[in-house]
Amino acid sequence: MATRIVVDPVTRIEGHLRIEATVENGKITDAWSAGTMVRGLEKILRGRDPRDAWAITERVCGVCTSIHALASVRAVEDALSITVPHTAEIIRNIMQTTQYVHDHVVHFYHLHALDWVDIVNALKADPQKTAALAQSLSKWDKNTPAYFSSVQDKIKQFAASGLGIFANGYWGHPAFKLPPEANLLAVAHYLDALEWQKEIVKIHAVFGGKNPHPNFLVGGVPCSINTDEVNAINSERLNLVKKLIDQADEFVTQVYIPDLLAVASFYKDWAAIGGGLSNYLSYGEFPTEGYGNPDKFKYARGVILNRDLSTVHPVNPRDSQEIKEYIAHSWYTYEGGDNVGLHPWAGETDIKYSGPKPPFQTLEGFDKYSFLKTPRWKEQAMEVGPLSRLLVSYAAGRTEVQDAVKGALGKLNVPVSALFSTLGRTAARGIDAELAMGWLKEFFNDLMAQVKIHEVSTFNPERWEPKTWPTDAEGVGLVEAPRGALAHWIKIHDGKIENYQLVVPTTWNGSPRDAKGQRSSFESALIGTPVANIEQPVEILRTIHSFDPCLACAVHLYDSEGRHIQRVTFE
Amino acid sequence: MQAKGYNRRDFLQFCGAAAAMAGLDRSAVGQVVSAFDVKSKPAVVWLHFQECTCCSESFIRASHPIVADVLLDVLDLNYTETLQAAAGFQAEKCLTDTIANNKGKYIVLVEGAVPLGDDGVYCMIGGKTAESILQEVAKDAAAVIAWGSCASNGCVQAAKPNPTGATPIHKLVDKPVINVPGCPPIADVMMAVVTHMVVLGQLPALDNLGRPKEFYSRRVHDTCYRRANYDAGLFVESFDDENARKGYCLYKVGCRGPVTYNACSVVRWNEGTSYPIQSGHPCIGCSEAGFWDNGPFYQHLPSFPGFGIESTADSVGTAVGLATIAGVAAHAIVTNVRKRAVIAEVHTDDQPEV
Repeated sequence: MATRIVVDPVTRIEGHLRIEATVENGKITDAWSAGTMVRGLEKILRGRDPRDAWAITERVCGVCTSIHALASVRAVEDALSITVPHTAEIIRNIMQTTQYVHDHVVHFYHLHALDWVDIVNALKADPQKTAALAQSLSKWDKNTPAYFSSVQDKIKQFAASGLGIFANGYWGHPAFKLPPEANLLAVAHYLDALEWQKEIVKIHAVFGGKNPHPNFLVGGVPCSINTDEVNAINSERLNLVKKLIDQADEFVTQVYIPDLLAVASFYKDWAAIGGGLSNYLSYGEFPTEGYGNPDKFKYARGVILNRDLSTVHPVNPRDSQEIKEYIAHSWYTYEGGDNVGLHPWAGETDIKYSGPKPPFQTLEGFDKYSFLKTPRWKEQAMEVGPLSRLLVSYAAGRTEVQDAVKGALGKLNVPVSALFSTLGRTAARGIDAELAMGWLKEFFNDLMAQVKIHEVSTFNPERWEPKTWPTDAEGVGLVEAPRGALAHWIKIHDGKIENYQLVVPTTWNGSPRDAKGQRSSFESALIGTPVANIEQPVEILRTIHSFDPCLACAVHLYDSEGRHIQRVTFE
Repeated sequence: MQAKGYNRRDFLQFCGAAAAMAGLDRSAVGQVVSAFDVKSKPAVVWLHFQECTCCSESFIRASHPIVADVLLDVLDLNYTETLQAAAGFQAEKCLTDTIANNKGKYIVLVEGAVPLGDDGVYCMIGGKTAESILQEVAKDAAAVIAWGSCASNGCVQAAKPNPTGATPIHKLVDKPVINVPGCPPIADVMMAVVTHMVVLGQLPALDNLGRPKEFYSRRVHDTCYRRANYDAGLFVESFDDENARKGYCLYKVGCRGPVTYNACSVVRWNEGTSYPIQSGHPCIGCSEAGFWDNGPFYQHLPSFPGFGIESTADSVGTAVGLATIAGVAAHAIVTNVRKRAVIAEVHTDDQPEV
């Protein structure tokens, strides 16, 4: 008999996600993914200066910070036909590859690792053997017996005081397969990654003034370069960036990737679990010859259908018949009925909550069950994220990507088909980080080359003033965010935002079913996932975390006009 | 703050109580002997409501102390959806156990605003509304810290037209609320506020908006390293123009430094690496209530009378005719206090609501 289980809150993600699933004979037979928070940013954007939109949309998410700002400035520049200087584009690429590396390392250690790593079991490890294991994986000079011994002592003391953020984990669950030494290794690097991650983001602070939420600018980037001036990006600033890049390179190649491969080697059974959908979408990323020239992006743009890597289907975000959003199972209503799909430029967003009155135990029996809308490409569900990026570029013949994918699969000794899984998604994120790390170095060299020849313009002022804009304009900004395909659609009228719509990675992956009943990525991937103990469904976390969900991004839509707002009272 | 039932003596009592609380009995690995004084770690829960998690992200960017040391040695942080290992009902148990075992002693850190629209259904966790969770958790708390602009003043979701009825924490709980605004707050400021309480054992002195004076009593403009350019009338006219490349003042391209109380130009961001103005972008005033509705960001502040002397900058606080009337009133108060050289105490029962 099927049992319905609920995981809410799903922790170690951004935002508020609820998973309900039916389990029968130790396997998930059906699943429902629900976003349970909404803020209304799209409505707030209306009537504002388009040049301010990056700052508002950046606040969609502080984990994927900078990513929405980039999508927004691209959307506005697309609408107003603004070309950014090459040097500004390089700085944006540096910002974004920095974000990839930071985000993926933090995801692996701080959001995902505790699904695979048993921190309590690490207390049983022999620090000598742990050091031997670590040294067999990497030449990182911190991996000594004394180091692992001190980390173990620290964790022992911590465990004695109640385990804090590690309390009530599924420790001792039979699904944990790592030996104690591998657990200790991962826990030690969890703490190191926590300390290191604050360093790499200083690159954002140099160019954008702060992190989280660095500053962006329509038409370029806000910082100026002047190697004759202390008050600008100068040799000292560039040296700092260089140092941070070198540190990041060491951490990725000597810590993250070896740990990822080591952990993955104990969980190869997860290369056959959690595959889910078989369609993959990527918008392509990292322009090298302008945003308008996607053929020269590092990652290719396109769609893979049915896992057929022989064909890359083109994607046109302007075509009203390609990308549409559905609300058949979402807490919204459409004027033309709840079963139609709308292109974002024609998007409607009218919240109509029809779920159970809180507090509630289950969403069972409710046709609509999420604040996420359901996006589709040509009526089909798409998975987005690092795996999709790799697959589309692999199929498109991007040799850098092909080599990276083949290299990682070779080290794990698994076939290409292993990628279509929970483990494959997690491994793909590591490959994605490795590629981004390499490109970060490349973009920095490009920047230095520009500085050397005094090509330092970082801003195109031609269409800064609203009086230079057409009365009506529409644009779309496409980004491959760390979590996948992200797009902002904007309509501008009389210098103000008339309409603004965002379709973000976790909306693709975490949305409810569409009008035809087709499941999106989370729900599809959960079906067939084993659950050994319904009281401790660590397996659900593994598969859901493999997508790196970001719910604040996924739900940002707005309320209907005139809805009753409860009176605020004071005691 | 006094109007909200806040009392400094209560708080100091809390700090004493926190120091006396026991932790060993909740050990998951009971036989392990502790080498440090676990009793000094206060129980803390971190709630997430309508937010973007930038405050959590900022918190982990701290450099002194680093967050790993804080999580292991300084705080007994038992609930935070972003980082905790447990999920689902086991996570909820972390929260309910902490409350039950530490009545009147635990600290609540809140990230995010609370939507009151449509009976609270716009933010639900574990099938409960954010508002009901906040009330339940705050009821027996010793103190509440509102992290960031969302919890302090509503921030982006409360910008016009505030579709979900997003409401800051201090309007909802009858408890001490320390507001630490900013989008996000500076990492090392967050750490300093926490350690001021749990290491010094004292409540930081607060202004009439509940902000620690230690970090929110100076305008970004007054401590800005580009201030000399402002005084000399040297301004950036357009981004990346010759003046921008010399690091002149960003007032004319919209800088909100003259009306923004924050530590950015002193503490700076990311271990002192930079701050927005240093990297060429105007301050957008992210620590001020209503900053999203305070005019387009690149439109310079109106009624800004000339350059060069201290008094003109002071008058900015009262001259700005934009949306943040309440905030501006607060600026005027603090500005006047400063001019009278009486910085120490600002108490008012009719504090502006933000």
